Formats: sequence, structure tokens, C-alpha cells
Amino acid sequence: MSEESRPLGGNVLTKPFLFFAGLFGVAVILIGIRYIFGIGAVSNLNDGYPWGIWIAYDVVVGTAIACGGYSMALLVYVMNKGEYHPLVRPALLAGVFGYTLAGASIMVDIGRYWNGWKLFTPWYANINSTMFEVAFCVMTYTTVLWIEFTPAFLQGIIKHKDKLPKFVQGWKVEGIHKTLNKWLFVFIAVGVLLPTMHQSSLGTLMYISGAKLHPLWQTGFLPLLFLISAITMGYAMVVFESIYSSIGFKRELEMPLLSKLSGIIPWLIGAYLLVRVADLLWRGAFGMAFQFNKYALAFWIENALYVYSFIILLQSANRSRPKQLFLAAAAMVLAGAVYRFNTYLVGFNPGNNWNYFPSFGETMITLGIISFEIMAYLYIVKTFPVLPKAEHA
Amino acid sequence: MEIKRRDFLKVAAAGGLVAASSAHPALAREPKERAKDAVGFLYDSTVCTGCKACVSACKQANEMPSSFSSSDQLWDNALDGDSKTLNIIKLYKDGTGVAKDREKDGHAYVKRQCMHCTDPACVSACPVSALVKDPKTGIVSYDKGNCIGCRYCQLACPFNIPKFEFEKAFPQIRKCQLCDHLMKKGEFAACAKNCPTGATVFGKVEDLLAEARKRLQYKPGSRQNYPVEQLGGSVKTERDVTPYIQKIYGEKDGGGTQILYLAGVPFEKLGMPSLTETSDAKRSETLNHTIYKGMIAPIVFLGGLLYVVHKNTKDHK
Repeated sequence: MSEESRPLGGNVLTKPFLFFAGLFGVAVILIGIRYIFGIGAVSNLNDGYPWGIWIAYDVVVGTAIACGGYSMALLVYVMNKGEYHPLVRPALLAGVFGYTLAGASIMVDIGRYWNGWKLFTPWYANINSTMFEVAFCVMTYTTVLWIEFTPAFLQGIIKHKDKLPKFVQGWKVEGIHKTLNKWLFVFIAVGVLLPTMHQSSLGTLMYISGAKLHPLWQTGFLPLLFLISAITMGYAMVVFESIYSSIGFKRELEMPLLSKLSGIIPWLIGAYLLVRVADLLWRGAFGMAFQFNKYALAFWIENALYVYSFIILLQSANRSRPKQLFLAAAAMVLAGAVYRFNTYLVGFNPGNNWNYFPSFGETMITLGIISFEIMAYLYIVKTFPVLPKAEHA
Repeated sequence: MEIKRRDFLKVAAAGGLVAASSAHPALAREPKERAKDAVGFLYDSTVCTGCKACVSACKQANEMPSSFSSSDQLWDNALDGDSKTLNIIKLYKDGTGVAKDREKDGHAYVKRQCMHCTDPACVSACPVSALVKDPKTGIVSYDKGNCIGCRYCQLACPFNIPKFEFEKAFPQIRKCQLCDHLMKKGEFAACAKNCPTGATVFGKVEDLLAEARKRLQYKPGSRQNYPVEQLGGSVKTERDVTPYIQKIYGEKDGGGTQILYLAGVPFEKLGMPSLTETSDAKRSETLNHTIYKGMIAPIVFLGGLLYVVHKNTKDHK
């Protein structure tokens, strides 16, 4: 494993890095204001729209984008496609940050964070609550992701051992690494089970909102649709990130592997759209997609993105064209994101003239958290063996 | 290897099917029945004069602060239920608004507060049991000691009742608890106790339903006795019956509620949501239990995963 990944090296404090640091700084100040003066001081959240972009983007979209690690584990360790191994580690890293920062966002979003530990006590936990299932699973999976990623850190330490302080040199890092590798399969298996559970539950979460969610999105198939689209977003994100970082870091594209990987995506989109449309027809809600309102518009934007990605990636010639592949992967990630935004915000109408549009403060906090994610990613790929070793290097 | 992987895929597919068949009747959660001694009140919009005595009585009984919407901040005048206002009287008005309890060119009042659902979505939604339904009285109450402030109860409630203190650093959820603190002292809901007209009468839900059915039989224009404050109490008032919409809102709506409504104009005009007879809590729990019944599907899935991943990681080495 250590042979196929390698640190990028190079200067960490680049101009983009400092720009993101600035955004993060603004977010830190706003988060401070939120803790002193309340959630209302920085956000437009209200009693009709209790959840805004912190949930819809940071948690629901954020963890789906972070599903690359999950999707790749399914492929490499469950379907036994070892050839994709070089793509696992970068996907896992994106997963670690996506989930950790979703957790951080939750701590900003929940009003009574000091009671958060009660989720983990059997006598307070309500097992009928979808929120309990999601919260418990996401927390556990975040821990599992860090454990799955630990070998990369350990390898980093082993490699630079002579440069590290004396007391670190005294650690039996090789031994830990060996033991961890022996038991890693358990964490990988749990790491496939947990996202299967909570990514579907993120769909179930909105089911209880009943008539408050527009019929174009309210369905008992929410968990299945959320699960399929999360896995698809995972693959699309791996392709997107890989091409983007190859361009950004001026490395050779891993085209043969990426084009092969992207061949899975149209199958998944096909299955998704089949369930999506069949469900709408079965419930008699499809007609609502042909009304002249914001719901129908949002529905078509969402599904046009799916269909675009589907059509492009269905043709194998397109899958070996970096530009087509990049656009189609981006469209797929966006499609899943729009589907989630529609289900959580656009299609949600509590009635009674309530309305919601994210405030400047809310948006800046979300942007700051994304910035932190990017900064951490840049730092780690430059310092630890994460990205696939470039053949020509 | 190939055959075994296929076996695993079968297991996974079976688990997936169990999880995906969202409305399998065998696994459907039973609908919840009203507790025999469940209490609530009957709100009769045709009797209400919009005096708002219940609003101020509620504030006093629950020690709630004023909610200002005018710039002088001199009088308590919440525009809607909010984290300072657990109970509010609203007005429906159409056209000239001249006739009371008439849909066209008329007006009507409506009282809004927690409906104390038979099968409350908020209780089902709350991950930490901060919202619970009393098994005897059926009152849905809130314990801030457990609440994590996730606001899933707000998202779940079809009536948008739980309110959150967005303006506070240490916020809590606020909702009507049917004055359960007064009931412990042998008293009853302040809104009913202080309603001078009998528009809000407290009682056992069973009796309230009987009273509501009786009123729907009254001939418009006839003179009838209406109980005031509570059913079976000594205070009564006589009034001329005005026409009713032939429906008891809350009898079955959203799986039934312990607060019942009668009105002279259609309930949707009064802002009451149109709900099916199946509660959202039942629907959601049925879906959840279908996927997670006894944790069987996840455990089978994990077993398959452990086997396959172990085998495959060995192959890779």
C-alpha cells in the first residue's frame, strides 16, 4: 500500500491556502457570535424552517460528497476490484474531512450542544427516532474513517522517523501499524455498513415531515433514493477530485482507471432514475412536475443534471475524454446536491408564510468550514502519502 | 471465490430488499390509540369572541414574557405563536368580514396551541426523549434537561407547534404542555379556565368527543346550553346555535389529537392543515422498523461484509 501512495511535498502556505485561511477566520468570528448571542444572531433560521444550509449543505450534501471512501471500499474490498486501490486513500481522506466537518457543523447548529452526549446513553436515546440513527451512525463512522486513515499517518511517521523528536522515535509505530493492518478489515467492513445505514436514513429523516414536503420529493423511497445517489456521488466525486487535483498539482491524469471507474456511474444513475420516476408515477405525483412553479423548476434542474451525466457517461468514448468526464462527474455531484437541497429546503414548505433564505453569516460559516476542509486536504496530501504515486515522477 | 462473492451479493441483495420494501404491512407499526383518561379541550370557533383572555391567562400561568411586534413595545402582541407565546387567537377574514362564522364576507376566530396528538410526530422524532407523551393524561411535555436543540421536532410537527429560542445563547424548545403543572395541583388548563364564553372547555377527550357530536346535531337557531371552563362543571351559558361545518377536527386528523375543534367555516380557511388519518409518526416508524427490525438486516449485512472484506484484503496482500 505504501508503494502506491506518496506525499506531494512542496510549500503548504500558498496564496489559495491563505485565501481559504482568511475565509475560515471570518467564520470563526461568526461562530463566536453564534455561541454568545444565539443562532438567530447569525442565521435566518426560524420556527418554520428550523433547518437551513448548515444541515442541507454541511451535513446532508457534505457527507454524501464525502462518500467516495465508502463507494471505493464497496468496489475494492467488497467487489474485490483491487485495481482501483490507488484511488482509495485520497477518497478516504476526503471522507475523513467531509464527515468530521459535518460533525463540527452539527455542533454549531444544535442549540443545546452541551447535552449532545445524551445521544449515546441508552436510557435517553430514542430508537424510534431517525435522528438518533443518523447521529449515532455518523459519529461512529467518523471515528471509523479516522481509524481507516491511520495507516497513512503511521507510514508518514515511519518514513520521517529520523527527523522526528526522540520520544516519537521511541514509539513502537511499526508494531501498531502491523496490528492495525491485521484488524483493518473489521473497520473496513463496519465502514461499509455504517454509510449504507445513515446515508439512507438521511432520506428517511425527511419522511416524518409529511405534507410539509412537496409530493415531488415526499416518498417512502427516500432512503433508497438517498442511498443510491450517495454511492453515485461518491464515485463521481472520486473522478472529479482526481482530475481536479491532477490539474491543480500538475500531475499526470489517471485516465485509464478513471474512465473504467466512471463506467459504473450511468448504471447507478439509471437505477436511481428508474426508482425515481416509477415512484412518481405510482404515487400519481408526476403531473406536478409539469406545473408552472418553483417546485417543478427545481425538479427539472435536479433531474436534467442526472440525465446529462447519464447520457455523457453512457458512451464509452466520452469516458476517456478528460473534459467530458470531468463535466459529467461534476454534473453528477451537483445533481445529488440539488436533489438533497430540494428535499431539505426547496421542496419543504411549512406553510403559514414562513420563508427562509440563508443569511450572510450562515453562508460565511458554511464557506469557512469548506475552506478549512480544503486547507486540511492540501496540507495532508503534501505531507503524508495519500495521492497515488505518479508514474513519471 | 467467484461463487462465494455471488453468495454474498445475494445476501446483500436480500438485506437490501428487506430495507427497500418500504411499506411491508407485516412490519407496519400499529396505530396508537387514545389513552382512556386522555385529557384535552374542545375549542368551538363559533362560540369564541376573540377576546384573547386565554392568551393572557396562558402567559401568566406559564410565566411567559411578552412578545412585541410594534415598535413602541408597549403591549403583548405576537403575530403568531412563538417561543414566548404558547397559545394564540387568530382571525380569518374574507371580503367585508361582516358576518361571524361565514366563509364569504365573514370572519371567524381560531385558537392555536399544541394539539397533544395521539401519536405525536415530535415524540417519535426526538432523538433523546426530551419530548414525551404521558401514558395516562396523554399530555406531550418537554424536558430541557435532555434536549440537544436539534429542532427535528419542529421539522416533524405538522402543526408547527414547537418553538425554539433562536435569540438565546442557551436556548430551549417552548410548547404548550396543557398546564400539566396546574393539573398536579388539581387545577386545569389556564386557557379553558379563563375562557369567559365557553369556547374552550377542558375535559376528558372521550367526553369532549361526545359533547362535540352533540353540538353537530343542534339545529341552527335553536337555544342550547353550553358548558363553560370544563365539562361537567357548574358554569354553563345559553346561546343561539350557529351553523357548524359537519366535522370534528382532531377526531381522526393526523392520527387524532386530544384538542378538538368545531367551526363554522372550513378548517383549512382557519389555517388547520389537511392531514390524513395516518400519523406521520406511524409512517416514519414503519419505514424505520422495516429497515431496522431487530437489527437483523444490518447484522446479516455486516456478517457478509466481514467475511468478504477479510477474504479480499488477504487476496490483495
